[in-house]
Amino acid sequence: MTDLTTLEADVLAQVAAAGDLAALDAVRVSALGKTGSISGLLKTLGAMSPDERKERGAAINVLRDRAQTALNDKKAALETAALDARLASETLDLTLPAPYRRKGSVHPTMQTMDEMVAIFAEMGFAVAEGPDIEDDFHNFTALNFPPKHPAREMHDTFFFNPKEDGERMLLRTHTSPVQVRTMLSQKPPIRIIAPGRTYRMDSDATHTPMFHQVEGLVIDKGIHMGHLKWTLETFLARFFESDTVTTQFRPHHFPFTEPSAETDVQCDRSGGEIKIGQGTSWLEILGCGMVHPNVLRACGIDPDEYQGFAFGMGVDRLGMLKYGMPDLRDMFASDGRWLAHYGFSAFAAPNAASGLS
Amino acid sequence: MKFTLSWLKDHLDTEASATEVVAAMTMAGLEVEHVTDPATKLAAFTVAKVVSAEPHPNADRLRVCQVDTVDGRKEIVCGAPNARAGLTTVYAPIGAYVPGLGVTLVEKPVRGVVSNGMLCSGSELEADDGAEGILELSDDLAVGTPASQALGLEAVIDFEVTPNRPDWLGVAGIARDLAAAGVGTLKDPSIAPVPGTFPCPIAITVDGDACPVFSGRFIRGVKNGPSPKWLADRLKAIGLRPINTLVDITNLITYDRARPLHVYDAAKLVGATITARLGHHGVHGDEHLIALDGKTYEATPEMSVISDADGERPIGLGGVMGGESTGCSDATVDVFLESAWFDPIRTAQTGRVTGINSDAQYRFARTVDTGSLVPGLELATRLILELCGGEPSDVVVAGQAPAAPGPILFDPAYVKALSGLDIAPERSLKILADLGFAIAPPQGLPAAEFATHVESVVSVTPPTFRRDVDGKADLVEEVARIAGYAALPSTPLPEVARAVGGVLTPRQARARVARRALAAAGYNEVVSWSFTSTGAATLFGGGAAELVLANPIASDLDCMRPSILPNLIEAAGRNARRGFPDVALFEIGPVFHGDRPQDQKTTIAAVLAPHAPRGWDKAPAEDLFSVKADLIALLEELGAPVASLQTAQGSASSWWHPGRSARLQLGPKAVLAEFGELHPAVLKALDVAGPIYGFEIVLEAIPEPKKKAVKTKPAFAPSPLMPLTRDFAFVTDKAKPAGDLVKAAAGADKALITAARVFDVYEGPGVPDGAKSIALEVVVQPRDKTLTEAEIEALSAKVVAAVEKAGGKLRS
Repeated sequence: MTDLTTLEADVLAQVAAAGDLAALDAVRVSALGKTGSISGLLKTLGAMSPDERKERGAAINVLRDRAQTALNDKKAALETAALDARLASETLDLTLPAPYRRKGSVHPTMQTMDEMVAIFAEMGFAVAEGPDIEDDFHNFTALNFPPKHPAREMHDTFFFNPKEDGERMLLRTHTSPVQVRTMLSQKPPIRIIAPGRTYRMDSDATHTPMFHQVEGLVIDKGIHMGHLKWTLETFLARFFESDTVTTQFRPHHFPFTEPSAETDVQCDRSGGEIKIGQGTSWLEILGCGMVHPNVLRACGIDPDEYQGFAFGMGVDRLGMLKYGMPDLRDMFASDGRWLAHYGFSAFAAPNAASGLS
Repeated sequence: MKFTLSWLKDHLDTEASATEVVAAMTMAGLEVEHVTDPATKLAAFTVAKVVSAEPHPNADRLRVCQVDTVDGRKEIVCGAPNARAGLTTVYAPIGAYVPGLGVTLVEKPVRGVVSNGMLCSGSELEADDGAEGILELSDDLAVGTPASQALGLEAVIDFEVTPNRPDWLGVAGIARDLAAAGVGTLKDPSIAPVPGTFPCPIAITVDGDACPVFSGRFIRGVKNGPSPKWLADRLKAIGLRPINTLVDITNLITYDRARPLHVYDAAKLVGATITARLGHHGVHGDEHLIALDGKTYEATPEMSVISDADGERPIGLGGVMGGESTGCSDATVDVFLESAWFDPIRTAQTGRVTGINSDAQYRFARTVDTGSLVPGLELATRLILELCGGEPSDVVVAGQAPAAPGPILFDPAYVKALSGLDIAPERSLKILADLGFAIAPPQGLPAAEFATHVESVVSVTPPTFRRDVDGKADLVEEVARIAGYAALPSTPLPEVARAVGGVLTPRQARARVARRALAAAGYNEVVSWSFTSTGAATLFGGGAAELVLANPIASDLDCMRPSILPNLIEAAGRNARRGFPDVALFEIGPVFHGDRPQDQKTTIAAVLAPHAPRGWDKAPAEDLFSVKADLIALLEELGAPVASLQTAQGSASSWWHPGRSARLQLGPKAVLAEFGELHPAVLKALDVAGPIYGFEIVLEAIPEPKKKAVKTKPAFAPSPLMPLTRDFAFVTDKAKPAGDLVKAAAGADKALITAARVFDVYEGPGVPDGAKSIALEVVVQPRDKTLTEAEIEALSAKVVAAVEKAGGKLRS
């Protein structure tokens, strides 16, 4: 048996001494290859007696298994070491910056408008649109503004030059012409909002020559001011994302509604910023009222059969109130820093499940 | 408009405070802008009496006074020369805020003597009496009397009147509404006529057009001069400057009754007739008038002109301003008093043309009460006789006032139907009666019409001062606002069926998706003006005369934009000038190609001015293809048929770089978008540094998706076979668009080839001059069986043949 013991010690020593995979493979060939030392011993078994073969065979197989195990272990160890060495050479400095990627944003006015559309859609309002360049009929006459009436002057209208036939186009001063177009083209019941750009000749911190409105119109049988109040209260609470929005309706005058009202929300003005839903001040938010019978008549709707309400609010202004932008003019200045600061994530699309912004 | 509480109390019997009056005004529809309440501002200041005033031990000009005050006897140091024993004046305690000085009093020694308060001058209380030194008040005022009361200062309420309520431009009109709202009891506003003692020596003629009705009377032997203190104080309190008694009386009645009047110095009138007529336009142009403000105005044929000298000489613009030549002075002895009615539209126009916004013009432009014509004259007569003496003539009236408002049939149940307010019919009718409306049974109605109305219908006639009311909805507003909007119910809207699949139209929904997609791609959304300069508009194919504003807010915002791009480019330029040149901006909004509704389109425009920070990784800079990638991704997101789009190189509009721009189109008439590098000449004209890349999509040009009954997607049918790729290189003319070769290769076998992609473009050695080599990778997806080598060879041959037909030669 001594020869086997010696051989085992010799092979294992060679395995241990192998410095790389090539050397290890040479050891494998010299021991377990076709002409290897251990393979050679196995070949001698054929010439032995059965008893001798049984005893001697078992011992040689043990030797072969041990050699094989040692070779496998050593191979795994060498491979691990090689991988470790390669990985060590592949180190990256991860404190280096990733490639530059711009961060986009959604404009606060458009975010606000999307919020309003989402809230009113939940209440069953469709979205109606119309042209920015309007004629006198849709912007004024159909809305019960008598010709040359002082109320027209209060609108600071942008006009185009008169045409040869005397017609003078204008930029709509409110989105109410969309209401007119809707009533002229649809039969009641009507439940729409009309978001869009509006224009007045005015410019200071709270007025710009262009701004955005969302107007609403509901025409049906039996609609009264109580429905208007509920609609606006519900909208304002959802818009300001508060349980405690308190509103006040004050009589006012608009040519196109009768009775007319302005709606205030209770707010706190102490400390420089306006907090909706608390405090003791009132802040005017929007104008509204029951659609004037003359407007219904001008749009082919019988005021003795149908009645309804309309309201209008400034989108930019409500956005400023909700999100704290101080100056209306900045909304239209396209300053990249402002857009990054006040803009909204692409993924903040308002919805009933995750909220408005 | 402004008034004081005491003025209101001339018409309204009430104990209400200024705060209560303001609250009631607000809820009746009068928007109160500002309240100046001296009682609040001067709450700390009270009447005090100086007991002794001794010279200050350390200062010649100062006195040390012992003063009886509301806080007991105080030692106060005072520098006023009139500080003397026995003087009744005003005392401010330590801690009081002195509005005229803007300081809060603190206890500190004055030259070694501690002053326990301060004695005040008028200016220190912002109640300047023009006098030197501390206030000298009447000795019968008790110590402790509030200073505001002692000085006769009272709250001034400043408010805005909506154009429908000209009756609110007089204090009496506001009192009427407040009385109806329960704030007090209205005092009888009627005026007893003053009988004339002689026939009016001035005749009046009106043409009915320039002036429908004109009344007047002569008053002789008046004594004009400064107004008495109460009258001057009343006018000063609301910001008017007293002039002389005669003029002040007309101003008072203007604000008291919303009834403008005019007084002429009769001695300065030429002839014995006053004529109201339209302005004359002669050979030398319009006639001229020097008005009371000293300025000269042209009286056009659209204006109402008051004239004397048989209609020859203009002496006033009717309802707007009188003439300087016949104005009253302290020397005036005989006057002619005018109370007329001028047409609102004519008066408004005259105001606009002349720029005159007088108290009379403001009121006539908003409709003065026709019922106040003669009563206003009588009230003025009464005050003139009282304050200036004199003897009145008979009243003369020429012309005819517009007809009074007619009756409105009104069912009080309509109040609830329209407003939702539950108000008893009796209460509704009482409110209307309190507001001056005449209520009557609907008698005199034709029987047939009456039969259609229920019994409760009444006839309501608006007073002459409420011409804004002309229908039953107006009556509901009257009842509702006086009853109070606070009582409005909150009634949920009836539930309606929700629009299946959302309320937005496909176009609206696409704009929404585009906004979120571009923001996610790194672009900042902007909202820019719908206007631009005519110059910029012209560069982008616009600038038509019909789109140029007649009254722009600024000369560089005078034209409707034909494209969003110029605004975005200029925004990029502004950001660069601020030191932030790296911008990626987009906007979704209207562009205008004409002034008709169908000429307005919605576009999605974006620009990229790539100035990304330098990277350590030497990555290639962004270029036009970054923008193309964003554009194609966006179009795919919007559901555009991207696979069918042609890239029409070199056919984009003139504002693009001609060699670096293209149209994306379904055909020459169906252009979805243009993209490219902006033309350097256009950027130069806009004064913006390039390069700038961009695109503009016409939202309406993207075909709407086909409406399907169900949203089921086609079945998923992946091939079980591996796709394989084959590479080709073709030599073609340098000017040949690679897209032509790609299209040919991809179309060589539509069943098997799923993609053809360019992976190299090469010019140089090995490729002839004027040619380029384009390497394509063709992806083959076997369908029902693995392809044999022979089949693959055949397919390759088809690709080569197709590309050769398109102008590419296989590179050997």
